[in-house]
Formats: sequence, C-alpha cells, structure tokens
Amino acid sequence: MQLIWEGIKQAFILLISGDPEVWEITLLSLEISGLATLISLLFGLPLGTWLALRNFRGRGFTLSLVNTGMALPPVVVGLWVSIFLWRSGPLGNLDWIYTPIAMVIAQTIIAAPVVIGLTAAALQQLDPRLQLQLLGLGASRLQMVLALWREARLPLLAAFMAGFGAVISEVGASMMVGGNIRHQTRVLTTAIVLETGRGEFAMAMALGFILLFLAYIVNLVLTSVQQRTMRR
Amino acid sequence: MNSMLEIHNLSVTRGSQEVLHINHLEIAKGEVLAVIGPNGAGKSTLLLTLSRLLQPASGQIFFQGEPIESQDELTYRRRIGLVLQDPLLLDGSVFSNVAMGLRFRGLPRRLVAQRVEDWLKKLGVWHLKDRPAHRLSGGEAQRVNLARAFVLQPEVMLLDEPFSALDAPTRARLLEDFHALLQVTAITTIFITHDLDEALYLGEKVAVILKGRLRQSGPPQEVFSAPADPDVAAFVGVETVLPGTVMASHEGQLSIDASGQRLYAVGETEVGRAVFLCLRPEDITLWPADGAYPSSARNRLAGNIQRMTPQGPLVRVVIDCGFPLVALITRASGQEMGLAVGQAVTAAFKASAIHLIPR
Repeated sequence: MQLIWEGIKQAFILLISGDPEVWEITLLSLEISGLATLISLLFGLPLGTWLALRNFRGRGFTLSLVNTGMALPPVVVGLWVSIFLWRSGPLGNLDWIYTPIAMVIAQTIIAAPVVIGLTAAALQQLDPRLQLQLLGLGASRLQMVLALWREARLPLLAAFMAGFGAVISEVGASMMVGGNIRHQTRVLTTAIVLETGRGEFAMAMALGFILLFLAYIVNLVLTSVQQRTMRR
Repeated sequence: MNSMLEIHNLSVTRGSQEVLHINHLEIAKGEVLAVIGPNGAGKSTLLLTLSRLLQPASGQIFFQGEPIESQDELTYRRRIGLVLQDPLLLDGSVFSNVAMGLRFRGLPRRLVAQRVEDWLKKLGVWHLKDRPAHRLSGGEAQRVNLARAFVLQPEVMLLDEPFSALDAPTRARLLEDFHALLQVTAITTIFITHDLDEALYLGEKVAVILKGRLRQSGPPQEVFSAPADPDVAAFVGVETVLPGTVMASHEGQLSIDASGQRLYAVGETEVGRAVFLCLRPEDITLWPADGAYPSSARNRLAGNIQRMTPQGPLVRVVIDCGFPLVALITRASGQEMGLAVGQAVTAAFKASAIHLIPR
C-alpha cells in the first residue's frame, strides 16, 4: 500500500510541477496520434463515403475487410512497417525507422480502418432516399456528399474520436517502429512501459493519469454524441 | 409544339426484368397529370426516370422538344422539382431546409431569403421558419417539403404521393392549398397517387399504370367512365366487368348476351363481336323482387343477395344473377326495402350505364 500511495503522491507532484519531460512526452503523443488521425481522416472520409453510397459488386466483402481492419493488431502493423522501413528494406533509404514519421505511418494504418468503417456506418444509417431527395433539389454530387456529411456530423465526429482513441493508447507499433528514444520518439504508452520496467512507478503513474485523462475526453465526446443522436 | 415532356417507347429494367414500359405519354405545358396505379406498379420508377435519377434501358424522353440527354444531368435536374412521399427534411431550421435548393444553385443570399419567405408564406408555414425541422407535425413537414420544391420555381414539378401519409383532415386542407397553388403558378405537374379522389380533384389528365405498363391516359372523366381494358376498369372502380357477345345491333342500340342474360347497351359495335361490359356499382338500382318496379331502365336482372358490406353511409351489395353484380346503395334505402342476404331482388340499370370494351 505504501508503494501505491507514495507513487500517487509523486505522480501528482510531477503533474502539478509541470515536469518538462512529462510535458514533452505528452505533447509528442498528441502530435503523432493527432497527425495520424488527421491523415487517416483525409482519405478515410472519402473512402468510407464511397463505400457507403456506391453500390457495387463486392461491397459487402470490402466492408467486412475494413471491419476486420478495425481490429488490426498493432504489433502486426508494427512488424510490417518495420520491415518496409528497415535499413535494408524497400523504403530503407528514407531513413524513417525510429523516427516520429514511422510512428505516424504505423498509427495512420491502425486508425484508417476505424475511420473508414465508422464513416461508412455513419452514412449508411441515413435514409437512402435522402440522396435522391438532395439530387432532386438540384444538388451536384459534391453538394450531396457535403450535405450528407453535415447530416451525419455527430457519428462522423465519433469516427474521428474513435480513430484517435485507438492510436493514442496503442503501444506495440509505436514501440517497434519508434524505438522509444528519449526526446525523440518517446510517447505516453512507450514511456509507461519503460518506467514500469525500471520500477519508476511515480513517473509511470503520472503518465498513466494523463493517458487516462485523454481517453476520458475521447469517451466523453463519444458518449455525448451518442446521447444526442439517440434523443432525436 | 406545346409539349413540356414527351415519352416514347420508354423501358426501364431492374436486373433482367422490365419494371416500366410506356409507349407514349405526353404532358403539355401547364398541365397537371395524375399518375394512378396500385402500389408497386412502377409509378415511382416513372418519376425517378423523369428526374434522371434512374437510367432507362431504352426509349426517349423529350423535354420541351429536346431529348433530355442533350443537356447535362445537373442542368436538367435544376429545371425540375422533386417531392417524395416522406418529407425527408434535413437537420436544421425550416428556413435552412427551404433555402437548401437555392443555395445549391448559388443564388445570392438576399434573393434566397426573399424567395424562401415568399413560399413559406404561400404554404402557411412562415411562423415556423426558425423551428428545427425534426420538430414539425406531419402536415407541417409536408408543407415545408412542398415549399422546398416550389421555391425553386421549377419548370416541371414531380411529386410522389405527397399527401398519402397524412391524416384525413390535414390532407384535405393541404390538398386544397396545393390545388390553389397549382392554379396560380400554372406549373407543369406530374403527381403520383393511388387515391382516385385525389387524381380526380387535381388531375387535368390521368395516366393509369398497372403492372409496369401505361394502360391508358386521357382526361379523368374519359378514363373513369370509359376504361381501356378490364384491369383499368377494375382499378378505377368499375366493379362489374363481364364478358359478352354482341347479338344484335339496331340504330345504336345493342343487344348483348352475357353469361346467358340478355342485356341492352348503347354503342356502334358490330354483331358477333366479343366485348367486356363494364358497370359502376353506383349506376345500379335495387328493388325487392315482389315489389312494384317504377323505373324505365332497360336492363333488369333477377338475383339473390349474396353479401352486404357497409361502407360508411353506403352499403355494397353483391347480387348473384348468374354472375356477381355489385351495387352501391345508401344504408337508408337498404333499410327501407329491408334488404338482407339471401333475399331475391331485381337489379336495374340503364342501357347507357354499360361501357363496352372490345376483347
């Protein structure tokens, strides 16, 4: 018990005193995961929209692939990104392994299926006749899609948050392709693994509280979105 | 040429099955066409095809004399207005919903505001302009839906059963207002309905679509009193359709054999010709078999009452006179005569009440 209390006390001291290393790790985590989520949104949103609205042969199969991708094990992603970025690998001459870029790539691959799948689900929840109605009102294809996005903005926000939630708490891939290098690629999750291994529980707990707080924010938004959607 | 839309040999397929076929249909400028038919007959398919939201397998559609493919799809779609059965309003205020189509067209803000106000007022929902669209009653939502299409001032208005989901009093009020708007705007309108009263009230022309085929089109009184074939007859409320053969013809008076009964009709059909006889139930009068018979009607048939079904103030009576004959009488006269199932009665109708369809 002594260990836990002492750890919690030290953790709060670290948080309140604004320890530079804690801040650095937190900011890097937010940057990498935020960027990865944005990139996955950039092509996940159009792709998910296309999957939801376009009726083509094999759509069900493609959607099932995307949904499987939502449960993609991060270590497998880490493995494949490592192989590609390895010094002797196909993209080895880019020298990206053990850099934040490598981490952004891995996390984008993890977040993309989440964003695509949830975008498709969000748009498929809309009345399919809405498309006809919008076109009937003289919308161009682009105007129609924008109107549908606006109509599904809350579930789309949920897709974004779920994508972010998946990568901010992910440890396997970040560890493998980032290498947990101090001041360069150390993020919240990899730092917690390290500090716990070294027996530095106060530091690990402080970082853990921050991670929990971020996860809480994500879920707060998700829950309020759900509640507002249900009320209608 | 005063035609707004003209359809030639149109065929629409789903998979390998033809779901709609129209040989020829023309809608004049300013005309109101009511498309009637049972559910699943292909009416909505026609509307979607005319909106270019569905690609026909073959055939041509002319818009003001030009093939509709001669202008690009978006330009064409912006010349028509489409109203679906359910309002399908978007998240946002009533005002923003009605403004939507104009914003798609990139109209300046001031003009949008002006036209939205104008049409919300015309449809009597201006006071709701700031209300969230999902908090409207069914009638209010449908008025907003209509305003959303009218505000575009389209050259053709296409409506898919816009009143069928409303309760009776709401529907009656909206029908009246809609009728007045059509009169004022003189906009070319095609609307779908499965309600014959609606078609009669609003339609200047009626087209009957049954099982994916246009069977008949023309002025309502013509379609309703002179259906082109037995199916159309059954759909427009001609309940008795009998096969018969013309036995004699004399100065426009026909004598016809129908299931062993001799009936008299008016027409110019040659002797020996096989025909269908159509009778509307409201044209048939009934008398107790033993009562004095005070009518001059040419046709009199004896039979027994098979079934009596009340329909509001009326009673639908099915009489077996060698074939089932359907009559519609008032409840009061039924009680006066003491009609009951199994009773022997005389059914009478004028020769002119029979409409003949060649078979």
